[in-house]
Parts: sequence; structure tokens; C-alpha cells
Amino acid sequence: MASIGNFVERVGRATVAAVEEVGNGGVLVVQSLYWVFVGAQQRQPVRIASVFVQMMEIGIKAVPIIAMLAATIGMMLAIQSIYTLRIFGAESRVTIGIALSVTREFAPLITGILVAGRSGSALAARIGTMKINQEIDALHVMGINPVRFLVVPALLASVVMVPSLTIFSDFMGLLAAGLYINLELGISLAAYVSELQAVLHVDDVMHGLGKSMIFSVLIAVIGVVNGASVTGGAEGVGKVTTRAVVLSISAIIVTDMIFAFVATR
Amino acid sequence: MADAPDTVKKVLEVTDLVTHYGPRLILKGVSMSVRDGEIMVIMGGSGSGKSTLLRHLMVLERKTSGTVRLLGEDIDKLSARELNDLRKKTGVAFQGGALFSSMTVGENIMLPLYEHTDLDPMTMEIMARMKLEVVNLAGFEHLMPSELSGGMIKRAAVARAIIMDPKVLFMDEPSAGLDPAVSSSLDDLILRLRDAMNMSIVVVTHELESAFKIADRITVLDKGEILFIGTVEELRAHPSERIQNLLNRRAEDDTIDPDEYLSRLTGDTTVGTATL
Repeated sequence: MASIGNFVERVGRATVAAVEEVGNGGVLVVQSLYWVFVGAQQRQPVRIASVFVQMMEIGIKAVPIIAMLAATIGMMLAIQSIYTLRIFGAESRVTIGIALSVTREFAPLITGILVAGRSGSALAARIGTMKINQEIDALHVMGINPVRFLVVPALLASVVMVPSLTIFSDFMGLLAAGLYINLELGISLAAYVSELQAVLHVDDVMHGLGKSMIFSVLIAVIGVVNGASVTGGAEGVGKVTTRAVVLSISAIIVTDMIFAFVATR
Repeated sequence: MADAPDTVKKVLEVTDLVTHYGPRLILKGVSMSVRDGEIMVIMGGSGSGKSTLLRHLMVLERKTSGTVRLLGEDIDKLSARELNDLRKKTGVAFQGGALFSSMTVGENIMLPLYEHTDLDPMTMEIMARMKLEVVNLAGFEHLMPSELSGGMIKRAAVARAIIMDPKVLFMDEPSAGLDPAVSSSLDDLILRLRDAMNMSIVVVTHELESAFKIADRITVLDKGEILFIGTVEELRAHPSERIQNLLNRRAEDDTIDPDEYLSRLTGDTTVGTATL
């Protein structure tokens, strides 16, 4: 009986903690919006230079790895699709499956996961380390709001760069798939691009971009909330960093499924 | 022990400050004040509440009750914007420096100017170099904090704390972790800041030698209560056994409450929290 009570208590505590965490994330988004729109009036404007620094970190420096993995995913999709369609003798219809899969699903998903691994973890580690070293306190006592100074630049940069990287990922994935199809089926790149134009609609690309926009907010908010919850020393920073990555990727995948379900009704 | 007479101008006044950490009572009705242009040292053993008191003076914690008046303003009655404006008139040098590791020493020092003034970059750089001169760190503005020694980090933190020419400077354990020579030079710096810039300085420390050297007055905290406020001479001559134990670094013969001890061992905190 006591063990059942302990179990219920643990579940209850975990639920309350989870709700609190979601609430903290929501408050963070609202505070960020406040500083974006009201910061200048409060004589605490969001510094554009800080946003560009974060855009460099989150976006530009991620280009090589995004290019490599998007191309790999595009090629892998082409290999699997040709293999599957060959059973029905319909391998020449491979383009439609690849086009929709890459733009609607794989490009935003792989981009979101990669940015969560690179930048979400870095954000959590940075905030966590700053909290332990009293750098967040230092901002407070200097009259500098930490949300405006640290969170808003990362959030804005994420919202701009994750969708941008997703478009780049679309391009690289489709290009790599086209090259493989050219080699395997002898379909020219011009014919492949022409078929892409015929099967792809703006809605398909926007579906992926809409998702990536949500992923970008999730990555930044989860990174900051976890970083801010750090306790202990360097070990604590390691724990919150790992947690931020796991939670971000989980949230991205679950959101992806919900978004796909709602958007296809 | 009597606090500063009412006729003396005070930059900081704390009245009946009570604060909890979770269910634990940390400060039990602390009242103290800091006079204009004096160095007030807050002393006490580990767990006495001196760091908590300092965090309240810096408006970094929410108190349970009591009032804190900083530069004549009741901090409870200030809007967020007014509090930020008030904070520009104070400076803080944290125990570990709290320099931003992604910025150079110069950028760290210029940050408050960059955020709160419309000065041009050249003027900010000149002001940062001037403050680095004050703390004997001239020429180090291009280094990263990771390239500095412990003593240099504390000096750089002081330079950042005084860049806006604050009226009140808070310092948390400025001598902690430093060798005697470096510690002594930091003490000299604190005295220079008071004399040259007429700052009121609040220093939290457990280093007796340092406290006796720099203090105009000393506040002694023990278990969340004020034991003593007065000058170094008054402290040395004080008859209280608890104070003499602190000065002579003798561990107090605390009587152990068996109920509380048992509850701590068994993890049942109900007994302990009720008494703290």
C-alpha cells in the first residue's frame, strides 16, 4: 500500500513539475515578445548585433552539416523509393514521393533535430553555466533584463534561421535525390526539376516551413528553460544540456506528428 | 547593539528583514543601515545568513517581510523601470567575478555603459581604461576572463562594478581564495575607492584580518540574527562569548537537540522545519 502511495506521489510530483516547466516556457515566450515590441520604449532595446551573432551560430555554422545530412537523406529516399516502386514497375514515378517526403517531412524534421543537437544544447549549457557563475545575477544587478539580453536574440535567430535552413535542406535533399535518380534511372536533371515543379505546390513547402517555425521556438525555449533550471556545478550543466537535447528532439517529433495530422484533415 | 544615529545620512536601511528559503527561516528580523561614505563589513560564520542578506541588499531575492531602503527609495514601492534606474547607481563585485566568459575584459567593463548610455564607443573605451587603471589592470582589456588569475578577475569585476560611478558598491567575499599579498592589495583598493570616489561600500567577508583593516563599522550575523553592529574597536572589546568565539575562530559548543538530530537522520523534516 505504501509503495502504491509512493508511486502516486512520484507521478503527482512529476506531473506538477512538467506543468510548471510548460508554464515557464510559455511565460518566456510572452516575456520575449514583450521585449521585442516594448523593449525600446523601456530603454532596453533588443540589440540587432546580438541577433546576428546568434544567427551566425545557429544558422550559418550549421550549413555544412545540414547540407551533408539533407543530401544523404534525399539520396536514401531515392534509393528506397526506387527499390519499392520497382516491385510494381513504377520506378519512373519516384519523383512525387521524394518531393513530398522531403519538403513536408524530412527536411524540417532533420533540420529541427540537428539544430536542437547543436544549438539547443549550446543554449542550455550557456545559460546553465552563466547561472552557476552568477552571470545572470550580474545582469540583474546591472539593470539588464536577462530575457531581453540572452533569450530574445537566440529566439529571434532561431525563428529566422531554422526555416531558412529548412529551405536549404529542401534544396539539398531534392538535388541529391535528383542526382541519384539521374544515375540510376537515366532521368535527366532538367526532366526531374520539371516534374518537381509539376508535383510540388506552395502548400507543401509552407507545410514544412510552418513546422520548422514551431520547432525553432521549441528548441530555443526548451534550451533556455532547462539551462535556467540548473543546480549544482559542472555536472548540473551536463545534466540540463542532455535533458534539453532529449526534450527538444522528443517535442519536435511529437509536434511533427500532431502538425501533420491537423494539417492533413 | 545601536545602529547609526538618525542624524547621519544613510544610503541603505534594512528594517526587520525576514526571509525564508523554502520552509527554512534564514534571516530573523534583521535591521541595519549603511552610512554615506562608509565601509560596512558584514561578517559571520558559514550559514549565518550574510550572503542571503547581501542578496537582499542587491534586490536579488524576495523577502518574507521587512523593508529595504536603498538610496532613500523603498524598493517595494518601485516599478521595474524605477528599480533598474536605481540599480544603475549601485555596483556589485561578485565572489567569483561573474565576468561574461564570451566577452573580453574590456567588453565586460563597458557593458553597463553600452546598455545604459548613449556614449560613443571611443569614450566608452577610454572610461573602461580609466577604471582598469584604478584597479591596476591597465593593458589587460583585450584579454578574455579565462586568461586572468583569480585576483585579476576580482579586480576586473570591481572595475565593471564602478564603471557607472555608483554611490553604493557591494562586494561578496573579495578576499576569498586569494593569497595574503593579493588579498591585502584588494583591501587597499577598497579603501582607495571609498576615499577617492566617496563610495559607500558593503563588504561580505569571513576574513577577520581583511575586515579589521577596511571596516568603518562591522555587522556580525549569527544564525540569521544580528549579534553586533559597531566599530572594530567596539567589536574587539565586546564581552559576548559568541562574538569572542567568532573572533578567536572557536567552534561554538552547540547543544544538539536529539529530536531534530533524529529527524535529520531519518529524513523526516517536520521537526526541523518547525524550529528553523
